[in-house]
Amino acid sequence: MMAMQLWQLLDLLLAGLTLGLGWAAVSSPDLRRSVVFFIAFGLLLAVVWARLKAPDLALAEAAIGAGLSGALLLSALRDEPDTAMVGDVRVGPIAALISLASLALAAGFAWVTVHTLGSADPVRLADEITAQLPNSGVSNPVTAVLLNFRAYDTLLELAVLLAAVLGILALGPARRPYRAAGPLLDGLLRWLVPLLIVTAGYLLWAGAHAPGGAFQAGAMLAAAAVMLRLGGHTSAGLPRAPIQRILLTAGIAAFVLVGVTTTGLGLGFLQYPEGWSGALILLIEAAATLAIATTLALAYIGGRPTTWGPEKPANTAGEPAERD
Amino acid sequence: MTEFLGTVFILIGLAFFAAGSIGLLRLPDLHSRLHALTKADNLGLGLICAGLALIDGGALNAVKLFLVWVLVLAASAASAHLIAQQALRQGGK
Repeated sequence: MMAMQLWQLLDLLLAGLTLGLGWAAVSSPDLRRSVVFFIAFGLLLAVVWARLKAPDLALAEAAIGAGLSGALLLSALRDEPDTAMVGDVRVGPIAALISLASLALAAGFAWVTVHTLGSADPVRLADEITAQLPNSGVSNPVTAVLLNFRAYDTLLELAVLLAAVLGILALGPARRPYRAAGPLLDGLLRWLVPLLIVTAGYLLWAGAHAPGGAFQAGAMLAAAAVMLRLGGHTSAGLPRAPIQRILLTAGIAAFVLVGVTTTGLGLGFLQYPEGWSGALILLIEAAATLAIATTLALAYIGGRPTTWGPEKPANTAGEPAERD
Repeated sequence: MTEFLGTVFILIGLAFFAAGSIGLLRLPDLHSRLHALTKADNLGLGLICAGLALIDGGALNAVKLFLVWVLVLAASAASAHLIAQQALRQGGK
């Protein structure tokens, strides 16, 4: 009983802090401050997911929501000399009305959700998934849904990622690189980058039976790329341009290849043949990991790397030392 | 007994965290604030990890907790160094 109340206290504290940080992130007059609040908000949200017993989401939120999005926002701020919000942000009557209406809608939604969750006999897909789990080739229900039961959705998600990175590449040349790391950061990178690569491999492998999988592993690899880029490695550890293009499409290619093959064998599109599910899922996930990592790394570089075309980077202040 | 010892470790660790946070709020300039944060919090985290390892009792989890501590040590030492260096470069406080 006592322990229960302690947990409730912790949950209340978490909920309050999350709301407070979210509010601070959107209402702070200084963009730099907003970004820092946003990163803290993402980390706290990861704890919330962990408390809701969704460790896969917690991992993804911490790695992508807080880590990589935070890094992206910070690097965007770097090119934005004036971080104070421009203009007067006075709230007019219509804006106030819309805010109030939104708040009422949110409260209504929360009320409905609480009552639906408590109702007697909701239809839950979870039972169906648990029943079918032994046939999926993996024992982690999240991976089973993402790469077997709803594999088609994940294929389209990868297509969305590819479209996004094509948009980023179309924006123009990459952001200006960072100066070469000093001895201390360089030493840290030498330890951290191999460790991140090993962790990514572990997450990819563990995805079959425990929290993990392609998205978390890809984010981990991309984190290594971000670290390298921050340490002055202009290419962020990415291979040469032709290989980058192959990596970007690897996830979709593996998916479609498997799908077309299964169709050719007389099964449905992405309907894995019996006994092959585990191996095929691992194959697709490995390819997807590389694609996701390359996509996120290119998003952080923020445009076409110099090796892609003849264009020179916009402004190479301070001539970074090429080391890789 | 180990559970009691673990709780004591965690409580001492929390005290270090509190001291570090008060230092962050109260100390006058960037360098001393960094000092307060990185020294006190790292020790605090080490104590909390040790306490958790004692309560858990498993060898594998103890190794994992130790690794967590070492990684945070390395990261916070490097980032404190970078922040201080940047502050020196800009000549501000």
